[in-house]
Amino acid sequence: MSRPERTIILDARALSRALQRMAVEVLELAHGTEHLVLIGIQRRGVELAERIAKLIEEDEGVVVPRGALDITLYRDDLETVGPKPVIGPTHLPGELTDKHVVIVDDVLYTGRTVRAALDELADFGRPRRISLCVLIDRGGRELPIQADIVGKVVKTAPGDRVDVLVEELDGRDQVDLIRGAPSGVAA
Amino acid sequence: MTAALDKDLVGLAPLSAEQIRLILDTAEPFKEVSERPIKKVPALRGKTIVNLFFEASTRTRISFEFAEKRLSADTVNVAVSGSAVQKGETLVDTARNLEAMRIDMVVIRHPSSGAAEFLGRRIRSNVVNAGDGKHEHPTQALLDLLTLRDKFGRIEGLKVCLVGDVLHSRVARSDIWGLLKLGAQVAVCGPRTLLPRRIEELGVTVFEHVADAIQWADALNVLRLQLERMEAGFIPSVREYYRVFGVTAERLEKAPRPLTIMHPGPMNRGVEIDSRVADGPHSVILDQVTNGVAVRMAVLYLLAGGKPELADAAKRGGGPGGPPD
Repeated sequence: MSRPERTIILDARALSRALQRMAVEVLELAHGTEHLVLIGIQRRGVELAERIAKLIEEDEGVVVPRGALDITLYRDDLETVGPKPVIGPTHLPGELTDKHVVIVDDVLYTGRTVRAALDELADFGRPRRISLCVLIDRGGRELPIQADIVGKVVKTAPGDRVDVLVEELDGRDQVDLIRGAPSGVAA
Repeated sequence: MTAALDKDLVGLAPLSAEQIRLILDTAEPFKEVSERPIKKVPALRGKTIVNLFFEASTRTRISFEFAEKRLSADTVNVAVSGSAVQKGETLVDTARNLEAMRIDMVVIRHPSSGAAEFLGRRIRSNVVNAGDGKHEHPTQALLDLLTLRDKFGRIEGLKVCLVGDVLHSRVARSDIWGLLKLGAQVAVCGPRTLLPRRIEELGVTVFEHVADAIQWADALNVLRLQLERMEAGFIPSVREYYRVFGVTAERLEKAPRPLTIMHPGPMNRGVEIDSRVADGPHSVILDQVTNGVAVRMAVLYLLAGGKPELADAAKRGGGPGGPPD
């Protein structure tokens, strides 16, 4: 097998522009901030939701409620991949009933994470609407799930990996595509 | 994932510090599940767990049952009275019959030391020790560790003294292993008749007087004095025990700093512990109970997912069944 090849698909400036556009699209989709709640999926999704919430705050001068969701306990593959070493915290900003919840995640791939997130949200209440906002859509869906807002669409093969790096956790903002990464660690 | 657990949890003695930390870290998010409006996650959906209790237990059995139900497992409780055990069936036969009905895990409480390990070697299901004789009660010690870590932010360097009947206490044994592995300093204090001989060899300090233990410790774990010990001649009388070894408010007033008070329950108020202490501001006894559910959820979750051969097969195959995004 040839060495995995790494290319930058979003640098810090491109990532920042994508987030600004996504923040505007979130506002349009939710018709303002009145019912809006942003829920990030652990881990990178939580940081991205925080960024988008801050951008909306700068524009609109309102604090958008945000939460974090760890979907590990709602996954359908505990038997085959084993437990994750450490599960991140889940916290939701109050009642979700009648809210417009926007789920934020870094990469949309098979759709199984989003399926799990929808199941988990349903245990917390009945939002009026749930939308999906992702930084990278890499295709490869195994479920009928689509994003409402996408930062960038990237064509990938099953052996590829998409690494989203964020300042808060990784020291820099960048998205890399690694071609032909060993299978089984697909992101 | 260097710290994965083995098939069974029989005690803390065989675990590494990393494995103990993995369980405590995994327990952390499970606390939040019990605060949700719907106190349930689907992680163990479709798993069948049998609670096999050969000894009376209320708290531990209920705590395990809550843990199982909040993970969406199906549970069956088997108590000794009214079961085939009373008709002379052996432990292994009982378990094999259950296994023939396709169960996934057994939580066992048994009066004989070593029963959990014995069973674990003979059946395919995961086995969790919920207390075996005078040997170990690992989930109780894990909840003690979690409660101490919540309170102090660390275990390393903490001074913890177990007070009372260490000799007959499986909680004490599990506590000692767990605390020492995570770097705490451990002491015991109680009548010499209720301390195991040569316990110092484990690396444990022995205090003759409760007053000395109180001067030294950051936290006391007050062990239950089983009243039948008096009849067996281990102590002269319950009143004398309280006078000499009881953890009282008067004694604690002399401590250089407030002591955190733990008790594995059920308490004998006025025997090993004063009500003012048990209900006082530094008591974490009910926090222990709350943490018990989270720790047991973590153990069940980690054991249920810990099928490394399946994980390896999935990795080899790649494609569907691999981790989602």
